[in-house]
Amino acid sequence: MPFKVEGDAIQRSLTGQPGDPTEGRRIVISRQTGLCLLCHSGPFPDERFQGTLAPSLAGAGTRWTLGQLRLRLVDGRRLNPDTIMPSYYVLDGVVRVAPSFAAKTILNAAQIEDVVAFLSTLRD
Amino acid sequence: MKIGAALCVLLLSVIAVHAAEIATADRKSGFEFMGRDTQAMQTDDTSNPGMLNVLDGGALWERPEGADKKACASCHGDASQRMKGVAARYPAFDATAGQVVDLGQRINLCRRDHQKAPELAYESRDLLALSAFVARQSRGQPIAIADDARSANALMQGRKLFNERMGQLNLSCAICHDDNWGQKLGGTSIPQGHPNGYPLYRLEWQAMGSLQRRLRNCMIGMRAEPFSYGSSEFIALELFLMQRAQGMAMESPAVRP
Ligand code: HEC
Ligand code: HEC
Repeated sequence: MPFKVEGDAIQRSLTGQPGDPTEGRRIVISRQTGLCLLCHSGPFPDERFQGTLAPSLAGAGTRWTLGQLRLRLVDGRRLNPDTIMPSYYVLDGVVRVAPSFAAKTILNAAQIEDVVAFLSTLRD
Repeated sequence: MKIGAALCVLLLSVIAVHAAEIATADRKSGFEFMGRDTQAMQTDDTSNPGMLNVLDGGALWERPEGADKKACASCHGDASQRMKGVAARYPAFDATAGQVVDLGQRINLCRRDHQKAPELAYESRDLLALSAFVARQSRGQPIAIADDARSANALMQGRKLFNERMGQLNLSCAICHDDNWGQKLGGTSIPQGHPNGYPLYRLEWQAMGSLQRRLRNCMIGMRAEPFSYGSSEFIALELFLMQRAQGMAMESPAVRP
């Protein structure tokens, strides 16, 4: 899906639809799909293994708009060129990708929208 | 003024590249990131599962092999004397091979040239056992990679690979092991990534494994295509890791979670 970056955000939903926050939560805590908790912690009392490489996701929905969250996930390098957070929805600038993941984005458009919808529910 | 600003930028970029490297005084073996039980398992030879491999390796050391019916011991004699500190010097440039080789490759060169015996495959039981037996003779010895101009290119390549981002997640070894050691990746403590315990027994594998097996695991985690066993890339990375751990004590056979 094409997308348009305006300032520090992508205003339009990648699918044209709002995402599903319940599905988004499932993706965020999943060790195979979202991988978010490898680096981040968050308000997930049942998840024992959370990372400390990145800020807590708690309150993300208060700090950022939907559009800002969307760009952060799609390609955080636009906000911080040195970020260690993977770009979840662009293919360029990566090398030596394992064949099973080659030419695939980490998440697809619908999954990005689900995660964005879920993050926006995280209010302090 | 302009020159001052340019110098500032230059200095800043130098700092940005090097600030992350771990100072010698701050280096810690993977041992220090483990729980007490796992530490005790490593330090007590009777509970260290790697010692079984060392015993196997000791038997192989004495066993005549190949067309010439020679054992390692036929040439080298008493390993406790003659192999002390040897594993702490590998990878090293080998004049016969004309390239940098790691300990496993050095063992295979001996098999080929001095025993006329077939090569042992990477991760095969026998090569792990022989490597573990040889490395055991260096336990407690400081890593001592030679300052050898003939290894300079491999060392440079290893440093470059360590710092290069790769894989779908676009991470580098340095991001985890220089910049974020001590942090939790999911539930796992990130160690500094030192090679001083290999080959070692890993509880997750329920088996002995080489340093290259460990590196493959990290690359799979990065969703990168792992280098192949014995490739020049892996030898270069091993050399850089050993150089980075210069002076640290060897622990083989270590135990890791
Ligand atoms: C490999 C590490 C890593 C992974 C995996 C990762 N992130 Fe991040 N993330 C970071 C870092 C580091 C930052 C801090 C800002 C920066 O460096 O760009 C960040 C920043 C953020 C922010 C802004 C935080 C704030 O409020 O200031 C959000 C939101 C976010 N990440 C969400 C996610 C989600 C959702 C996922 C999974 C789908 C994810 N991240 C996966 C490392 C990661
Ligand atoms: C996303 C984080 C991450 C990346 C990237 C990464 N590693 Fe690791 N590495 C780890 C973790 C976590 C462990 C410890 C695993 C465990 O104990 O279960 C580890 C273990 C190791 C060890 C074993 C240390 C010991 O004490 O036995 C070495 C060596 C190592 N890594 C080297 C590398 C190299 C070289 C690269 C790049 C090719 C790399 N790692 C990339 C996270 C990472």
